[in-house]
Amino acid sequence: MTSRFSFPAVGVLTLAALTLSACASDGTASGALTVKASDSSCNISSSKLEAGPSTFKVTNGGSKVTEFYVYAEGDRIMGEVENIGPGLSRDLVVDLPKGTYEGACKPGMIGDGIRETLTVSGEAAKKLSDSEELTAAADSYERYVKSQSDALIVKTEEFVAAVKAGNVDEAKTLFPIARTYWERIEPVAEKFGDLDPITDGREPDAIAEGVDFTGWHRIEKQLWVSNNTKGMDKYADQLLANVKKIVKLGQDAPLTALELAQGSKALLDEVATGKITGEEDEFSHTDLWDFKANIEGSQAAIASLRPVLEAQDPELVKDLDAKFKLVDAELNQHQDMTTGDWKFYDELTKDQVKKLSDAVAALSEPISKVAAVVAASA
Amino acid sequence: MTTDSSAPESGLSRRKLLGAAGLGALAAGAVGAGAGFAIGDKPVEVVPDPDALPIPFEGKHQAGIVTPAQDRLYFAALDLTTESRGDLILLLKEWTEAARKMTQGNDVGEFGAVAGSPFAPPEDTGEALGLPPSGLTITIGFGRGMFVDGKGKPRFGLDGKLPDRLKDLPLFSGDRLDDALCGGDLAIQACANDPQVAVHAVRNLVRIAFGRASVRYSQMGFGRTSSTSSAQVTARNMLGFKDGTANIKAEDAKDLDDFVWVPKGDGPDWMVNGSYLVTRKIDMRIEIWDREPLEGQEAIIGRTKGSGGPLSGGDEFDKLDFKAKGEDGELAIGKVAHVRLAHPDFNKGAKILRRGYNFVDGSNGLGQLSAGLFFIAYQRDPEKQFVQIQRNLAGKLNDVLNEYIVHVGSGLFACPPGVTTEGYWGEKLFA
Repeated sequence: MTSRFSFPAVGVLTLAALTLSACASDGTASGALTVKASDSSCNISSSKLEAGPSTFKVTNGGSKVTEFYVYAEGDRIMGEVENIGPGLSRDLVVDLPKGTYEGACKPGMIGDGIRETLTVSGEAAKKLSDSEELTAAADSYERYVKSQSDALIVKTEEFVAAVKAGNVDEAKTLFPIARTYWERIEPVAEKFGDLDPITDGREPDAIAEGVDFTGWHRIEKQLWVSNNTKGMDKYADQLLANVKKIVKLGQDAPLTALELAQGSKALLDEVATGKITGEEDEFSHTDLWDFKANIEGSQAAIASLRPVLEAQDPELVKDLDAKFKLVDAELNQHQDMTTGDWKFYDELTKDQVKKLSDAVAALSEPISKVAAVVAASA
Repeated sequence: MTTDSSAPESGLSRRKLLGAAGLGALAAGAVGAGAGFAIGDKPVEVVPDPDALPIPFEGKHQAGIVTPAQDRLYFAALDLTTESRGDLILLLKEWTEAARKMTQGNDVGEFGAVAGSPFAPPEDTGEALGLPPSGLTITIGFGRGMFVDGKGKPRFGLDGKLPDRLKDLPLFSGDRLDDALCGGDLAIQACANDPQVAVHAVRNLVRIAFGRASVRYSQMGFGRTSSTSSAQVTARNMLGFKDGTANIKAEDAKDLDDFVWVPKGDGPDWMVNGSYLVTRKIDMRIEIWDREPLEGQEAIIGRTKGSGGPLSGGDEFDKLDFKAKGEDGELAIGKVAHVRLAHPDFNKGAKILRRGYNFVDGSNGLGQLSAGLFFIAYQRDPEKQFVQIQRNLAGKLNDVLNEYIVHVGSGLFACPPGVTTEGYWGEKLFA
């Protein structure tokens, strides 16, 4: 990379370089660096950095407004912080991979700036390859998926049989129960892009796409709105065939540990977007069955990852346990403990929905951190 | 910085120095800086965009009270969903840290919006990346619900800490309060000159609070309706009138001591140098008001619509003469004119520091504007100040303005003093 120092401040630069080499003897810096900017100098506390995120604390000791840039080869901007008035300081956080860069202060916010070379060494995040622990986690979850898939097929068969027999009441009873197994392992289904919408798609989307409305919710609509099973045979057969197909595909291509971590979050996103709003089961209002199943599925994913998480971030595990408990406490009060039935979603008060929403939000925050912990342990 | 240094005042002096004209010149300079760098051979001296100068976060008092009112508001009231004292203290510490960073124009968290792990959600939500601090201030307040539950039982081990002055506001005649727009255990007032910066601040604090506190309601505001410094021109409310001409100004040191800041001996020690915040969401019947003749509008307010001068004569800042009579022999400022009923002379000398914002929440289903005033007032003693004045104003028989406005939301919060460089909001309360 060519240097393009536009200020003839050689003396200052030499001085800066000396200071830098003194710092560098302590080894490479990572984390926080200071940048002392003046009208004629740009003094970065270290010229050698570790790969990964670095914070540059830029303080303007000069009399002109300044800005600070980190450039990669060809003046590609890696990060910048502008408009730092005299006497003020601002932070710039940049994630720098291994390589050579330039840090530049621009007093007066004009010109090419006063530049310092930055050498970034080491490796940032390792390429993700599953460790033994992660493989064990994925295997454990695979067993869970297997048990749920077997039950899903059995219960879907029962549901489909009731629909085809024209037995409306029985079909209505079986609908939320069969879906429980589906909702627990939904991240598996979502891996197979084409099959998920035709199995679990919703009416407005089918209309928008100009395709036939099929799957669970097509039959749900017939059962609850028309209170019969007319014309449902083909949808019922198709549902069972697709569920079997998804189960097979899922067993052939099990989730990796990272997908599993992402899946634990995706299940909560499902709750927050589809269940809290009561729009998933808009005809039957059996959303709480799905709600609970999503939470259980997420919990199962976390359980499989538990040894990895315990080793990497025990505090996070404690937090997750506590927040799962809170969601359960909020949710379980809506279940009839004798029959196992849940309240219909339209029976909940606004306040009860808000409490559920708060509990899910509280759990979603720590869950959103799981994937990074898993990635870091690879 | 010591506890004795006052952040808001230092923020102010900067503005004061510049004056209104100076600010204009600064803005023009900033435009020049962006547009080009040199005229002829002479480099143009670049001056900072006034929005690039952060308002100090630390100080004797919280910023955002006497700080010259910024253009935009985003306000949120939250309910605490935890019952753990440790959780609450940690939340206030995390909020303080985040506010310290955001008010100085920095991202939340160690890695901010874009430098963290690619597998983790970013610590900062990112919509303020590249934006200057924009005069952001974040002010927080504690509602009565943080101290006691609905049955008066202490929460968070705060027995004996509840200030007497933090009692529920009385119901005023004409109030149509919606419970969902009232109360809250915690309040966040974020003010900035860029709405994106204000929203970013509240959004990130709310995110930090998940699992410990949940938003009860929030409100966007624009077009500050009060000037809190004599360097600012008086802005107009949605009725089209200048609002807050007679407001307490940051330069009135005596008024601030008499009416805004809580002194020693005025209640619990932890509130010394704090202030009490009253919020009222006031819906305006905009279309009805717009059909009122100019003379009627002016009589209702007691000031002229153009200059804001009192109907007793003179310009905006001239003294109101409540005895003056017009040519018809009637009082120039009528018996029930808004300025008369709200004036200290008719309220045992009470004054408040107003800091309200206009709002428009879209339209209602009838094609009418859902608009009004998100009223904000700071004071030492709500009972002697806001309540006194509002009692005088409330009820159709009193202030004729009540035919055009209706109070739908209400809040009262104890805003603790400012924080030191190492401290956190409400530190003395939990000491």
